[in-house]
Amino acid sequence: MGNSGSEPGYGEPGDSEPGDSGQGGSGPRDSGPGQLRLRPPVHRVHRTAVTWWRARILLAGAAAVAVPAVTALLLPDVVRPWLVVPAVGLAVVTVVAAVGMPPWWYRVHRWEVTGDAVYTRTGALWQEWRVAPMSRIQTVDSDRGPLEQFFGLATVTVTTASARGALRIPGLDHALAAELVHELTETTQATPGDAT
Amino acid sequence: MPTADSEQGWRRLDARTVRASVVTVAGICVAAGMPTALGIASSSVFWALVTVLPASVAALVAAVVVEHVRLRRTRYRVTADRVELVQGIVVRSRRSVSRDRIRTVDLTAGPQVRIFGIVTVKIDTGEGGSAGGSVSLYAVAREEGERLRAELLDRGGGAGEPVTDGRLATFDPGCVRYAPLSILTPALGAGAYGAVLQVAQWFDLQAGVIGWTVGLLGGLGLVGALAVVVAAGVAIGVVGSLALFVEMWWNFRLDREPGGTLRVRRGLVTVRSISLEEQRLRGVELVEPLGVRTAGAARVDAVATGLRSGGDDKADRKTLLPAAPRGEAHRVAAAVLRERTGPMPAALTPHPRAARGRRIRWALAGAAVPVLTLTALGGLLSSAVLLHLAWIGAALGVPIALALAVDAYRNLGHGLSGDHLVARHGSVRRSTVALQRRGVIGLNARQSLFQRRRGLMTITATTAAGSGAYSVHDVGAAEGLAFADEAVPGLFGPLLERG
Repeated sequence: MGNSGSEPGYGEPGDSEPGDSGQGGSGPRDSGPGQLRLRPPVHRVHRTAVTWWRARILLAGAAAVAVPAVTALLLPDVVRPWLVVPAVGLAVVTVVAAVGMPPWWYRVHRWEVTGDAVYTRTGALWQEWRVAPMSRIQTVDSDRGPLEQFFGLATVTVTTASARGALRIPGLDHALAAELVHELTETTQATPGDAT
Repeated sequence: MPTADSEQGWRRLDARTVRASVVTVAGICVAAGMPTALGIASSSVFWALVTVLPASVAALVAAVVVEHVRLRRTRYRVTADRVELVQGIVVRSRRSVSRDRIRTVDLTAGPQVRIFGIVTVKIDTGEGGSAGGSVSLYAVAREEGERLRAELLDRGGGAGEPVTDGRLATFDPGCVRYAPLSILTPALGAGAYGAVLQVAQWFDLQAGVIGWTVGLLGGLGLVGALAVVVAAGVAIGVVGSLALFVEMWWNFRLDREPGGTLRVRRGLVTVRSISLEEQRLRGVELVEPLGVRTAGAARVDAVATGLRSGGDDKADRKTLLPAAPRGEAHRVAAAVLRERTGPMPAALTPHPRAARGRRIRWALAGAAVPVLTLTALGGLLSSAVLLHLAWIGAALGVPIALALAVDAYRNLGHGLSGDHLVARHGSVRRSTVALQRRGVIGLNARQSLFQRRRGLMTITATTAAGSGAYSVHDVGAAEGLAFADEAVPGLFGPLLERG
């Protein structure tokens, strides 16, 4: 991987998985030579992110299941099937998502700070590669929800002057995130340009 | 106007503002007072007069007093580097805007303001959200408004240059014919019926109105009556959209002024002057809604930073040219961008066939949802009417959906034209955007599971202007990446590899 520009010491360097997908299958590695594609960014997110994502899905799913389930307990027998069936359906979807999605996200989510740009890959069903050059970065924030705090993680958001150009790197170790914010802020301040 | 403050450059609003405000308040009194008076008069004429008249008089007197005080307490000045405004009757506020942050100076004159020869001036820094970003002067003399506009927007433009350095477009009365083709026509028609029924409901006359209509059209049979109702709705819609278009765009002019400002002036009753610094222009968008496109016309919108769309003006302030013949639209777009050949090349690179398949599948899925719902409901309720509706819906919906899908595919395209990246998509609203390549501040590539299987990708260029992001939809993945790298070198370039 030509990651000459990225700083050493940011943990979780990706094993040199060249495929741009986590879907298994043969992968584009086998497609004809000369097929142009975006290489995956170098760093993976923190491994704990898998657990964090899983917890988030389970909590959201539990809340969604609780509504019809509790209502079913309070209402007479006649209407119960109409609530129990959706509740069971939601529960199944939640469990499947909690098992399947976090590892998939973990395979896809990657980030990198090259010499002059921030580069991320996110998503699962919809994968997205985003590049923002240093000279156009306006703000760099990190934020931590309650769950993220519990797992010692943080999300870094890099915004540009575009209303729709923000890059998000979720699931970073919070110390690493703080360091990243600090470095990016310094780099962008040193880079000339009005960012528009 | 000589005042005690004038040696420090402080100025006051125009005294005629009081009259304009009184006319406005009088209008409100009539609009609100008449229905109220009529309502009360139905029980007692005496009480109607005793309540409504004094209230109106009080409102008018209050308007005169408040406006006099407001005018005395408001002053503004333009210094070498700032525009300052001091205002407020009870709570005094002082607002100061740095002159090099000013992005637009818009002049608006509604009818009640216009007859007194004054205008409302809005000085805006385009920094969305914060209230501190704009200064509004209601109202100053028209000449003073023009003077402020010229002074604030002319950044070191050499003295002695001609006032107008180029007229880019003028109002063509023939273009009024495109107005009824807009979506506004059916909306206004339907809205008119809705308004009649709503008003009738207030007076408990809804059943009466419907009964009267049924009685009137009863002799025509169901089909005939429906035809009359639809025709009347269309007629109302056409008249309404024509009137709106004329009000909005009458005497339209687009000028390029010294100091690098584009200026749009337009309006029949309310006259507006909208300025846009070329420095903030990142491109133009050629918009062709289906109706207008079939008539061979297009509209030109600016893609600029710091333009708040919507806001107090119903017509978007970003429109640089209302619907006009396509050739004219291309000419204006080229003139605005200072490109000789026009930013939209005739031949854009088409996208892979797989993109057509996606569109056809979306269209069929979209058509299937209502048809299947109707069929299922018809089956459940064993209703023949619903089943009939279902097959009629399928017979009409599927061809329309397919036609739109094929059209949408044919409209896909991308290309480079000088300094601009050009991308086109859409069927119901075809949009061709020409975006300045150095205005691109980031690139995104996006692939769904299905796009990946078919080797497609959507490339999005983010920018500080317009909607913030413009996409090349469903382009071949490798081709799209190469195109993005060519259009905006250095962003995707170092990240590309050959697999």
